[in-house]
Amino acid sequence: MNVLVPLPVVLPLLAAALSLAAYGRTTLQRAIGLVTMTATCAASATLLTLVIRDGPMSADLGGWGPSIGIVLVADLFAVVMLAVSSAMVLAVLVYAIGSPATGDSAALFHPVYLVLAAGVSASFLTGDLFNLFVAFEVMLSASYVLMTLGGRAEQVRSGMTYVVVSLLASTLFITAVALVYAATGTVNLAELAVRMPDLPPFVRDSLGLLLLVVFGIKAAIFPLFFWLPDSYPTAPTPVTAIFAGLLTKVGVYAIIRTQMLLFQSDGPSPLLLSIAGATMLVGVLGAIAQDDIKRILSFHIVSQIGYMILGLGLFTVAGLAASIFYIVHHIIVKTTLFLVGGIVEQATGTGALRRLSGVATRMPVTAVLFLVPALSLAGLPPFSGFVAKLGLVEAGLAEHRHVIIGVSLLVSLLTLFSMTKIWGGAFWGTADEAAFVNAAPNRSGAPALMIAPTAVLVAASLAVALAAGPLYGVAESAAESLIDAGAYVRLVTGP
Amino acid sequence: MKLSRSLILDMSAGPVFHVALLFSAFLLFRGHNAPGGGFIGGLVAGAALVLRYVAGGADEVHRTVRVAPELMLGLGLALAVLTGVAPWLVGDQFLESAKLSVDLPLLGTVKTTTALPFDIGVYFVVVGLVLAVLRTIGGEE
Repeated sequence: MNVLVPLPVVLPLLAAALSLAAYGRTTLQRAIGLVTMTATCAASATLLTLVIRDGPMSADLGGWGPSIGIVLVADLFAVVMLAVSSAMVLAVLVYAIGSPATGDSAALFHPVYLVLAAGVSASFLTGDLFNLFVAFEVMLSASYVLMTLGGRAEQVRSGMTYVVVSLLASTLFITAVALVYAATGTVNLAELAVRMPDLPPFVRDSLGLLLLVVFGIKAAIFPLFFWLPDSYPTAPTPVTAIFAGLLTKVGVYAIIRTQMLLFQSDGPSPLLLSIAGATMLVGVLGAIAQDDIKRILSFHIVSQIGYMILGLGLFTVAGLAASIFYIVHHIIVKTTLFLVGGIVEQATGTGALRRLSGVATRMPVTAVLFLVPALSLAGLPPFSGFVAKLGLVEAGLAEHRHVIIGVSLLVSLLTLFSMTKIWGGAFWGTADEAAFVNAAPNRSGAPALMIAPTAVLVAASLAVALAAGPLYGVAESAAESLIDAGAYVRLVTGP
Repeated sequence: MKLSRSLILDMSAGPVFHVALLFSAFLLFRGHNAPGGGFIGGLVAGAALVLRYVAGGADEVHRTVRVAPELMLGLGLALAVLTGVAPWLVGDQFLESAKLSVDLPLLGTVKTTTALPFDIGVYFVVVGLVLAVLRTIGGEE
């Protein structure tokens, strides 16, 4: 069945090609995008059920063996990420088609968006460090285009920062790959996992740190997050939503993958835990200081990354399981919040809190769609964020890491505070009909095609909370397979 | 600002263009060390088009290649991806290739690999990209 493994990469790439050939024919492009992403979702979901049932799969591209060729590895962690990300790509695509102003009007949107989807899938599936670089590049070059689509001056300005920072990270990455190859003679992750322990500790630690910096820039961890809050909010809403939901998480995925496979430590890592604490705290403090919905949400991405790194830094099954669950919860919730922010902006023409008022009166449906993920983000029961944070707290307490757990709880409170800031600033108050210039004449204030995907995502995040038991079980087995690097090696190189 | 045209460049652009295209086709089939070099071949063809552009401007390029750059890019990419998928039909791995030996009239026995369409796809992606660049940032406006 390993024909299925490359599909989540191949399908969007092929569709991107067809979509390019259909340049200028928007209806055709939309159809290609929707059909392909639905198929990709189905393929990812099938992969997920197969991997849960029969265990991980791998595919040798071109029929070459692992030490010569490139392998794709679909283990549980990878396919969980794949399933969630392809669902997000599909939902945001529907939203983009439904948005009148910031949607898919540019003829390049569809092909480039599909290339981005292919790059994200490839990053999750690859079992090869160099190929991970290639997947990152595919994803990044698509993101450069998407970020500046429309070409407004502020977009180009913040796109510049984004491109320069990303190129710097890529240069560091390719350097790191070269150093890894020089030290070990391979870039295949499974072979690296076997050879890494034989390296002198100094070399091993340097390589680990270098890769952490590379992926840290992408994941926006402290102190490498500075580029994110400046660049994300200026892109069109669907683009910001998919970047916020997926791109930083690909960075987190790469951190977890490389740390677990190549640089696993026996006990909690003080370095990762301090990074996690600082990332959480700085992110949320930044969010409190902002006055624009998208900017507040962008700072929250940074803050939330800290939680994911916290679970990894513990290096226990419980910690990792909590991290994985947190990532899944976060991808859904964060994407939803940006989509809602986009709906408010679309209806009123602004995202600035001091100019917004009474959204809850004029657009009550949208208000509900905001409230649920916002409370979930802050970690209030009974939402998915509560389960995720509870998992982290339990894992941290089991390792007696009281300080970092204290910090994470404090950050949750501050998160709630900044969510109430958006709620109080934009949603409460009296509604001035003149302010809702572009609002559709219904109770959501937006076209149905924008509301529907957002509502589906809200329902999905509720479903994550409802099915928390079984889903947490999946996260735990994914964590167990990550801790046992030997299983990954056996899968790729054969018994 | 319109630069004055150089007679020598104008006159030599035509013949050089065709020679360069022939050479790019040679590279496409032969590669710099066998078999197949879609990327390098595409670059040479792209360079030939750039020469056309330098000699005669964006209109000249448009007259030379009437296909829309997006179409060329898209079909090239599609050809490359489909070549990757094709081995699935015979039960092989994604991107797997096989050696091929064909008897052609005039040329005799030609040895090639099934990866050739992949290279042709890459060739068109590169040429399409050059065309897109020439049109977007090379046009007068």
